[in-house]
Amino acid sequence: MALNYTKKTLNNFLKPKNVGSIKKPDGYAQIGNMVCGDQLDFFLKVEKGKIKDVKFLSFGCASNIATASILTEKVKGMTIAAAKKYNWQQVVDELGGLPQQKVHCSVMAVQGLKKAIDNYEKREGKHKSEAKEVVVKKTKTIRR
Amino acid sequence: MQVYLDNAATTRLDPRVLAKMKPYLTAKYANASSIHKPGQEAYLDLVKAKKTVARLLNGDPDNVIFTSSATEANNFIIKGVARANRSDRKNKIIISALEHPCVRESAHELIAEGFRVEVIPASPDGLITPAALSKIIDAETILVSVMAVNNEIGTIQDIKALAALAHKYGAYFHTDAVQAVPYLDLDIKKMGIDFLSLSAHKFYGPKGVGVAYIDRRKKVRPLIVGGGQEDGYRSGTYNLPGIMGLAFALELAYQERKTYLKKVRILRDYLLSKIKKEIPEIRVNGSLARRVPANLNVMFGYVEGEAILIDLSQKGIYVSTGSACSATNLKASYVLSAIGLEKHFLNSNIRFSLGRFNTKAEIDYTVKCLAQTIKRLRSFSPVEKI
Repeated sequence: MALNYTKKTLNNFLKPKNVGSIKKPDGYAQIGNMVCGDQLDFFLKVEKGKIKDVKFLSFGCASNIATASILTEKVKGMTIAAAKKYNWQQVVDELGGLPQQKVHCSVMAVQGLKKAIDNYEKREGKHKSEAKEVVVKKTKTIRR
Repeated sequence: MQVYLDNAATTRLDPRVLAKMKPYLTAKYANASSIHKPGQEAYLDLVKAKKTVARLLNGDPDNVIFTSSATEANNFIIKGVARANRSDRKNKIIISALEHPCVRESAHELIAEGFRVEVIPASPDGLITPAALSKIIDAETILVSVMAVNNEIGTIQDIKALAALAHKYGAYFHTDAVQAVPYLDLDIKKMGIDFLSLSAHKFYGPKGVGVAYIDRRKKVRPLIVGGGQEDGYRSGTYNLPGIMGLAFALELAYQERKTYLKKVRILRDYLLSKIKKEIPEIRVNGSLARRVPANLNVMFGYVEGEAILIDLSQKGIYVSTGSACSATNLKASYVLSAIGLEKHFLNSNIRFSLGRFNTKAEIDYTVKCLAQTIKRLRSFSPVEKI
């Protein structure tokens, strides 16, 4: 069981960035891995098409936490379009590599973020399709 | 501070054992199969080692076969006994749900050869009861294999009763006793054991040497063939340094047993009481009463075992998790699954295994760090309290 995490992975595990939740997020998603039992929750705050803030919660192993930490660091400030393109290989590269059996953690983190973006876009879509004047009302429902 | 709490994985070689081994790595290097003088001297030392092992286990020296590991011993015994004793009437092997992968995989290979393999379920507190065995054993059974002490949760099985039940049905009985030294009074005759496996590095001996105790009146087919060492039961040049180390380590383990058991029990109980005091939402896995005093397996709710392990490791505390994400195999611990731990708790477990060199100060440091670790990881866990 070679499990040699890089220094960067360990740092991101020991001092993860962007942990926590966002009240009234513009996008939210939860993702789980059936095999290893890990779980990640992503929260998004979007402004003018850009990710203004992103946070996560994790029930997972060190690399699950580290990949979510580095991913959120990277996509913060990105446009939604660019964030959607950010892939797991970039996460792995950014950490200086992951043990082979842990690569799925990066895949899961990227999928989780995409799911949260999907959720944001769905809410956005609803906004756009409805009359402007009900926007205030809509944000209320988004609270959930 | 460095705290090694993974003594069930392996132990530190006792310096006295190393001293015993050294001459066999240097001056006394002759091959114990050679018939010249130094070779025969080496052979006499080999016989002495067998006598020591047999005396400590209350067995017969001729039945002591040295192997490279307990994994080899278990492969040899499970497959060797099954293959040598197969008949039209007998074609079944029984193992327990708590067995080490080397027993499980050996049994699995036998399925491919047409054997029937059945598994004795474990009780929720980690015990393999004779009642559970009685439900699946029959006259077709060749061999029953139940580990004496479980490696993950440290539970102790009633070997004597299980062996007696196996014999009642005309089956042989094997026990993987790797985790049992020096916790159990291993008495081959009194317990009715036909086959037994040991590994030196679990009791402060060297790595790379084990024992397959085999009752020679029963048929066993060798696993490793070649030059015919060990009367053909196990070929390969005798590993004299390892064998002398194993015998001496076993001797020391039982000589110093009383003090050792007392020490680890006090430390283990102290560890548990401190964990209970400092950390909420925990649970001990497996029976606490019927377990070796060096083992503690704890479930820490809402956080993952691997994350706890890596966090503690950064603080110089070394523990283990049989749970998901700890190794190449991502599946949750089969032992904890077997004792019915709920799915959402399967990945949140840590095994602490204490040993001869641990101190109270180390336990204090461990719990202090552990409380911080659990608190930190729980602070961003999404799992709702259940």
